[in-house]
Amino acid sequence: MKLTRIAAAAAAALVMAGPALAELVFPSLSYRTGPYAANGIPFADGYADYFTLLNERDGGINGVKTRVVECETGYNTQKGVECYEATKGEGSLVYEPLSTGITYQLIPKASADGIPIHTGGYGRTSAKNGRVFKWVFNYPINYWDGASIAIKYILSQENGDLKGKKIALLYHNSAYGKEPIRTLQKLAEKYGYELMLLPVDHPGQEQKSQWLQIRRAKPDYVLMWGWGIMNPVAIQEAANIRYPMDHFIGIWWSGSENDVKPAGMKADGYKALSFHMPGDDFPLFKDIRKYVVDAGKASGTGEYVGTVLYNRGVYAAMLAAEAARKAMEIHGTKDITPAMMRDGMEALEMTNEKMAALGLPNFGPEFKVTCANHGGNGLGIVQQWDAKAGKWKVITDWIESDKSVIDPLIEEDSMAFAKENGITPRDCKE
Amino acid sequence: MPDQFYFALEVALNGLLTGIMYALVALGFVLIYKSSEIFNYAQGVMALFAALTLVGLQSGQVPFAELINAIFGTHLSHFGWRLPPLVAIVLTAVVMVLFAILVERLILRHLVGQEPIILFMATIGLAYFLEGFGDLMWGSEIKKLDIGLPQGLSETVESLTDRWFGYGLFIDRLDIAAAAVAGILVTVLTLFSQYTKQGRALRAVADDHQAALSVGISLRFIWVLVWSIAGFIALVAGVMWGAKSGVQFSLSLIALKALPVLMLGGFTSIPGAIVGGLIIGVGEKLFEFWVGPLIGGATENWFAYVLALVFLVFRPQGLFGEKIIERV
Repeated sequence: MKLTRIAAAAAAALVMAGPALAELVFPSLSYRTGPYAANGIPFADGYADYFTLLNERDGGINGVKTRVVECETGYNTQKGVECYEATKGEGSLVYEPLSTGITYQLIPKASADGIPIHTGGYGRTSAKNGRVFKWVFNYPINYWDGASIAIKYILSQENGDLKGKKIALLYHNSAYGKEPIRTLQKLAEKYGYELMLLPVDHPGQEQKSQWLQIRRAKPDYVLMWGWGIMNPVAIQEAANIRYPMDHFIGIWWSGSENDVKPAGMKADGYKALSFHMPGDDFPLFKDIRKYVVDAGKASGTGEYVGTVLYNRGVYAAMLAAEAARKAMEIHGTKDITPAMMRDGMEALEMTNEKMAALGLPNFGPEFKVTCANHGGNGLGIVQQWDAKAGKWKVITDWIESDKSVIDPLIEEDSMAFAKENGITPRDCKE
Repeated sequence: MPDQFYFALEVALNGLLTGIMYALVALGFVLIYKSSEIFNYAQGVMALFAALTLVGLQSGQVPFAELINAIFGTHLSHFGWRLPPLVAIVLTAVVMVLFAILVERLILRHLVGQEPIILFMATIGLAYFLEGFGDLMWGSEIKKLDIGLPQGLSETVESLTDRWFGYGLFIDRLDIAAAAVAGILVTVLTLFSQYTKQGRALRAVADDHQAALSVGISLRFIWVLVWSIAGFIALVAGVMWGAKSGVQFSLSLIALKALPVLMLGGFTSIPGAIVGGLIIGVGEKLFEFWVGPLIGGATENWFAYVLALVFLVFRPQGLFGEKIIERV
């Protein structure tokens, strides 16, 4: 009798609860340990805190709870691949590898497994071509956009004329650091500036040779594609030789508080590109403090809220969440699969209205993803470090990259990849 | 004289000074190897840990704050004081002595008489433990090191050379300070080993462990002493390198720059570490200056090892190392 009652109660509970919805799983391949931990922690915190906010404030995405599965890579490619293998069975919807090395390893694996990858502002640039890279997305910007935006900004500073000017590229001597070279060479042909290449070996603690060359050659501008310890050392060395900081421009991975703070006041005026706003003056961050940090549910201590890399994590999470929302809308279900998530990513459109509704007005560029264009519109800003205030200040409007130079390069590189890997490009007219 | 000559001179001078920075790291390896034949893989991490401790103590950071906050729900971060640099340096040196005592008590004591490779493996474990421990104790954010070290272009050198040669040479004041500190360190170490009882005991252990033990020298005391001195040298190296980049976990990678110095100078010679550092520093800079542009640059890391390997072929014991003669 007793057992019958229990069984009846259980059956009633099940009926009343309705069909159980699976969680939306977002893996986070983070690096909170090792030489790059100082950069990995704020991003991972931002990524996780945004999903926690959605759960705590909104009950998830369209009522479905999200779950962030964090796996420590130590910024090590091998460990990153292990993390992918260990987490893909959990129903992972989209991977954010947070490393160009890991991205290159995951592109064939994730494509075969049918799980999308998002690499905003890093990874394989030519993955922008969605006809070839069906499962890879690098919106809203890539390194070649970055190179073009930097030159466009310099053009604006030099009244549109770069003839006879000298621009140096100080770069991490790795696949990542070499990414902008071809674009900068093409742009040099177009605008008539002289390009000076200065590679720095990993990890970049010693750069005396490069800065002695800069001191001697006196380039009009120095661009930097650095990472980790290379960035603060370069900024310190620039200060040492008294290179004008406002003519020193870093890519977005050379533009966080971690890069400028070690040099103190000497870093004042240093510039860097970005594809999202710095600071915490957005309604969403008030919610993060209220529902996540103050509620003791933050991924970390909450001290990084509003810093550049934390904001980048928030931005990546917001784009993932909006793609998931789009996928639900397209397929008419809340229980989405990685393949549906891919469809959502390919139909994602970010407008100012949408960002404002999310509490992040004008936080990132407006863009629309399509079957052929997985990379967005290539819009970036220039921000400048105010050492006295201890803040980045945005000094330009959104600058669009020069597609007439970049698109042919992307077409060439992606088609070479397609040929090497026996991929027949999709027909995006369907 | 053409500009090219003065530029080469500038590169060479900066190479020499950079070499001293490398030698500062190499010195710690040499001391420990000389007295115990242990290749201390943890030397780079010791430099990181010492620098983290210095900044933490100076800025009044609460050690293990995150751990304490996570367990007890508190919101600790700083004590609210800021120590003068000298006091912070002395306290950090005390921490490094405590570290040396713990290393002897918990690791070395239990491995007496083991093969050098076992001791080497133990230092690998120590390196990873210390890195994690440092993270837990002081956090992993990048910290600005501010103990008032001079930094940036030396205007005196620039204006003097400009007046003499018509070419103002660039010398970083931090490098000059590092050279002065290295000079003082080597002098003090030499005086210590020559004229103090403990120094003579240290040399006796370095020459022959068994003979030193037979005359009543405590091997354990010597190990604590040597690891303490190596800890202090790690602090100096951590401070000098940390002043350039801020104190962050990549700082432990400076050990990579010490290896070719050791290969070249020998693992057992203090002058060898200095001369090795100078040769590596000036060699890699001049190679980058002359050959780098022809082959795409970024030659310094690998060229340092090639240079060290060339020396190894002709002098396997390094420039100043002890020649190993084994008779059958």
